Amino acid sequence: MKFTLNVWRQNGPQDKGRMETYQVDQVSDDMSFLEMIDVLNEQLIHQNIDPVVFDHDCREGICGMCSMFINGEAHGPGRGVTTCQLHMREFSDGDTITIEPFRAKAFPIIKDLMVDRSAFDRIIQAGGFVSVNTSGNLPDANATRIEKSHADAAFDAATCIGCGACVATCKNASAMLFTSAKVSQFALLPQGQVEASERVLHMVNQMDLEGFGNCTNTGACEVECPKGISIENIARMNREYLSVSLTTK
Amino acid sequence: MSTSRGLFGTSLARKYWMALTGLFLCSFLVVHLLGNLPLLTGNQEAFNAYAHFMTTFPLIKAVSYLLYASILLHSIDGLVLARQNMAARPAGYVKYNGAANANWSSRNMALLGTITLLFLIIHLKSFWFEMHFGFVPNWTDAEGNLYKDLYTITVAAFQQTWYALFYVVAMLGLGLHLWHGFASAFQTMGWSHPRYTPMIKALGYGFAIMVPLLFASIPLYILLT
Amino acid sequence: MSSLNAHIPEGPLADKWTHHKAKIPLVSPANKRRLDVIVVGTGLAGSAAAASLAELGYNVKAFCFQDSPRRAHSIAAQGGINAAKNYQNDGDSTFRLFYDTIKGGDYRSREANVHRLAEVSASIIDQCVAQGVPFARDYGGLLDNRSFGGVQVSRTFYAKGQTGQQLLLGAYSALSRQVAKGRVQMFARHEMVELVVVDGKARGIIARDLVSGELERHSAHAVLLCTGGYGNVFYLSTNAMGSNVTAAWKAHRKGAYMANPCFTQIHPTCIPVSGHFQSKLTLMSESLRNDGRIWVPKKKEDAEAIRSGKKKPTDLNEEDRDYYLERRYPAFGNLVPRDVASRAAKERCDAGFGINKTGEAVYLDFASAIERYGKEDAHVQGIHHPTPEKIRALGEAIVESKYGNLFQMYEKITAQNPYKTPMMIYPAVHYTMGGIWVDYNLMTTVPGLFALGEANFSDHGANRLGASALMQGLADGYFVAPYTVGTYLADDIQTGKISTDSPEFAEAEKTARDRMEGFLNSNGNTPVEVFHRELGKIMWDQCGMARSETGLKKAITDIRALRERFYKEVKVPGKMHEMNPELDKAGRVADFMELGELMCLDALSREESCGGHFREEHQSEEGEAVRRDDDFAYVAAWEFADHDPGKAKLHKEDLVFENVKLITRSYK
Ligand SMILES: Cc1cc2nc3c(=O)[nH]c(=O)nc-3n(C[C@H](O)[C@H](O)[C@H](O)COP(=O)(O)OP(=O)(O)OC[C@H]3O[C@@H](n4cnc5c(N)ncnc54)[C@H](O)[C@@H]3O)c2cc1C
Ligand code: HEM
Ligand code: SF4
Ligand code: FES
Repeated sequence: MKFTLNVWRQNGPQDKGRMETYQVDQVSDDMSFLEMIDVLNEQLIHQNIDPVVFDHDCREGICGMCSMFINGEAHGPGRGVTTCQLHMREFSDGDTITIEPFRAKAFPIIKDLMVDRSAFDRIIQAGGFVSVNTSGNLPDANATRIEKSHADAAFDAATCIGCGACVATCKNASAMLFTSAKVSQFALLPQGQVEASERVLHMVNQMDLEGFGNCTNTGACEVECPKGISIENIARMNREYLSVSLTTK
Repeated sequence: MSTSRGLFGTSLARKYWMALTGLFLCSFLVVHLLGNLPLLTGNQEAFNAYAHFMTTFPLIKAVSYLLYASILLHSIDGLVLARQNMAARPAGYVKYNGAANANWSSRNMALLGTITLLFLIIHLKSFWFEMHFGFVPNWTDAEGNLYKDLYTITVAAFQQTWYALFYVVAMLGLGLHLWHGFASAFQTMGWSHPRYTPMIKALGYGFAIMVPLLFASIPLYILLT
Repeated sequence: MSSLNAHIPEGPLADKWTHHKAKIPLVSPANKRRLDVIVVGTGLAGSAAAASLAELGYNVKAFCFQDSPRRAHSIAAQGGINAAKNYQNDGDSTFRLFYDTIKGGDYRSREANVHRLAEVSASIIDQCVAQGVPFARDYGGLLDNRSFGGVQVSRTFYAKGQTGQQLLLGAYSALSRQVAKGRVQMFARHEMVELVVVDGKARGIIARDLVSGELERHSAHAVLLCTGGYGNVFYLSTNAMGSNVTAAWKAHRKGAYMANPCFTQIHPTCIPVSGHFQSKLTLMSESLRNDGRIWVPKKKEDAEAIRSGKKKPTDLNEEDRDYYLERRYPAFGNLVPRDVASRAAKERCDAGFGINKTGEAVYLDFASAIERYGKEDAHVQGIHHPTPEKIRALGEAIVESKYGNLFQMYEKITAQNPYKTPMMIYPAVHYTMGGIWVDYNLMTTVPGLFALGEANFSDHGANRLGASALMQGLADGYFVAPYTVGTYLADDIQTGKISTDSPEFAEAEKTARDRMEGFLNSNGNTPVEVFHRELGKIMWDQCGMARSETGLKKAITDIRALRERFYKEVKVPGKMHEMNPELDKAGRVADFMELGELMCLDALSREESCGGHFREEHQSEEGEAVRRDDDFAYVAAWEFADHDPGKAKLHKEDLVFENVKLITRSYK
């Protein structure tokens, strides 16, 4: 297969950036999208052009590192996949593909397609944890039974990989899906409920400080989220935050 | 070490106000529509009585201030949100396929709201302002009670093609605003449940079609008859 | 060849750890604040250690090369984590977990370490549940378990196919809490490129800020390497792209011994290689072997017909299929340990029964399981005469609830529906049991330098049992290092801050800079990737599932030649002071090329077959591995010497077994 790629090149945070056009051939349909970029990069190195910088690590859809905005969609046209899980068979021979970084004020561009998502870490630091120290004397893991449906829902929320596709997709660059997934995970578990009030206040506060947009409930995040995190989590966070705001002093 | 900023300031709080005022405006739309329906049957008396009632009954007067406040709050808050949202992505995408994952009206709430706002201003100018401060001819009903004849004013306005068309277009805008807005408000308030949310959505779509449609049918009816 | 002291505490096996902990000197809270600890790596081992040490009061600096600690490679672990909780009442105990691990490791691990691991395993689960890790639960709301290869009890805790993710996010949340408190300073997108040793003690590291490209000096009273495994020396592996040996290798060059580097785990169930530009292999969790049956055609004609696309697997009747694991190992069947399962697959494929285009794949079939579950469920639902379609549908639903995400992953990659046609799988490099040599306290041969998690060699001998790496990473990080690092630091309370202005720091920084500039100034024309691919091929062919003297010798020559070519011909674009992934990669590949040689050397010197290490010269007539306990019951610890990885000096730590009898592993 052959493709024409329009790739965003930007030398650093200060650079203005521009689109560049490259041709790649020798692409086979069972290559992943990132392997296609590998082919491009080997070619660019041979042509004395700096290879395209992009984030990636696990290449199996779990680390959340890869982050490309492909043909106007976060992680491209596939559903339930990260960029590394997108395969070239989703495209037709001869297609032109536009590749951009995830864009948001809170995700400054480092170089080319690589962005800084440390804002997500800071949101977690604000309260995305249960305050227990390491200890060999905690209650037995089976001491508290947890209703299966709650445990399952908590798990579903906890599968967020922190990729930022929700932010990249959202017309407002809102981080509600990400933040609410963590809030929900803990809100659904007895272990997390102890600090639930403080948690939601702090995490929302941090989310706002980072400069993410507001939630218009368009639902785009849920569609593009590679892990299928549901916007029910956003509703749950709205509910938690409202009840806390109404009841704290 | 609570960082609660209560019900102001945070992104979530802003949205609660949007949703509450939006839903309040929805309920107002229903009342307003019920009052307008006599125009369809040409019932001058019922309409003028309604207009009179609305401008004089004390409780309604109180509620009307709440209504003005809601419109103001909803509009200002909405525009503040829209500005923040734009600022959250200073450098836009070269290619952005919004249609792939969200419906059009959800992506254009501020635009649709602004259309509604423009409409409201013109609408209030031509009816509400005239009713309160402008000149409206008097009209006496069968029992000899004296009313302002808003009926005649309204019918006269709707007989102007441009006005009727403007009204219809604005209702289309409002319909689209509500197509997303109605159910969205419930999500914002966290009133979501796998069992009830589908019903709320269906209700929202019904509301977004029926209410503006009935509103729009009045000028069309008057224009065409 | 000197002998190594592992500092194993005296006393009966079951009491060693308790007694050891009781005797450990303590550091007062006020003094802890004056002690700095560097933790390199934020996987399970690193995050857990950094968080726990910070909770105790030490000043911690944590490093990872990804953009967030949450993305460490541990995130990818699928199947589960073992713990001797005996919740299923199926006869599990600390001793049985210990025994299974020792036996699974083919008697090449240290009894005392493994017993400690089994002892703390239960606390890990308590800790994780308290942190809000959403493990799978049954309808009664209690924790669920599954069983894993090589054992006969159900002791594996899991969170669907994302156990590593959930455990790591738990540890990451604990770490984040300490970052928020200012107890941990987090350096993401930083790569350790040198270890700094001052007066014989590990006192800091040189790290490259990957964003700015600057080299930074960081000092501490102790350095913990939690940098994961080096499976990527094979180029294709199930490891993440960035997994590397650099930190461990720099430590090796500064005096840390590498132990059993040739012990590599080849995982039997991975998606087969499909093309030249393939960048990594994807694991299909071992848990699939609970319900999947592995087979190849009985007749070569059938295999050929399938390869050429003339036949489909579903065309073959039961009697034409060779369920070779069930045939060869009736007692364990499809649940034999990984090394055994992998070699058996290779044996069948080498014999010409492979079933994909490359001839290197076997089937993993769920048809029987779907039918069995379907019938069970029909019974439960009170459906009396279910149609075959109904049974299939019910069965598929159950299989989906158990492995849905894995099946989906498979389908995404191969575009084949594993509910309808058997999966194709082949072994792939997955884990490295070998690693930095550590004593009982997890300290390396460089005082003050510790190694935790997959980076050390400690607990898995020559083969790791499934679901034991997560257990080890968290055990090391949460429950071992906080004690033993403290013991070491107790002597350092008077030392004061370590200066970064010493000649040792300057010299380490210079070494790192020179090396990088060397890459950038090389006039070659070949991308780093090409060399990595070549190295991988050498390693896979000669130091993979089967090894021989001639092959290994050839590999050593080839690797040395490749290394020479690399320095001459490599091309690294870009500059030093910028984000430059090619430069990072060059450094990593250079280290892999040195490690590769040492691995071959180690494999050559170990003239026996044990665990993942199979020497063709040492096999029985039926092709089973032959272990030689009399001569090789030792840990091979290699000391870097003469500036040449090939001249490493061997030190032996004799393994003493007082609590288990060495028997030939039999899964028949
Ligand atoms: C696909 C897959 C599935 C698996 N499934 C299971 C399973 O089901 N059960 C099980 O028990 N085990 C499983 N394992 C094995 C297990 O996941 C790993 O052994 C374990 O997670 C390793 O943890 P770690 O903390 O030692 O290192 P890692 O998680 O690999 O972390 C390494 C850390 O070191 C950092 N680092 C490395 N080099 C440097 C450097 N030079 N400078 C700075 N930082 C550096 C990295 O950034 C990272 O943070 C699986 C492994 C794979 C590959
Ligand atoms: C009768 C008039 C109106 C009604 C019934 C109405 C109703 C609603 C409702 C129900 C919502 C959904 C709130 C939520 O998502 O939680 C909404 C959103 C919105 N409205 Fe209105 N509205 C009206 C007029 C206006 C006006 C005049 C503006 C002025 C600009 C406006 C701007 C907006 C905006 C920008 C939003 C989206 C906010 C966001 O989610 O980001 N609306 N409206
Ligand atoms: S919610 Fe989904 S899209 Fe957003 S960060 Fe998590 S996994 Fe990515
Ligand atoms: S590279 Fe890990 S999710 Fe894509």
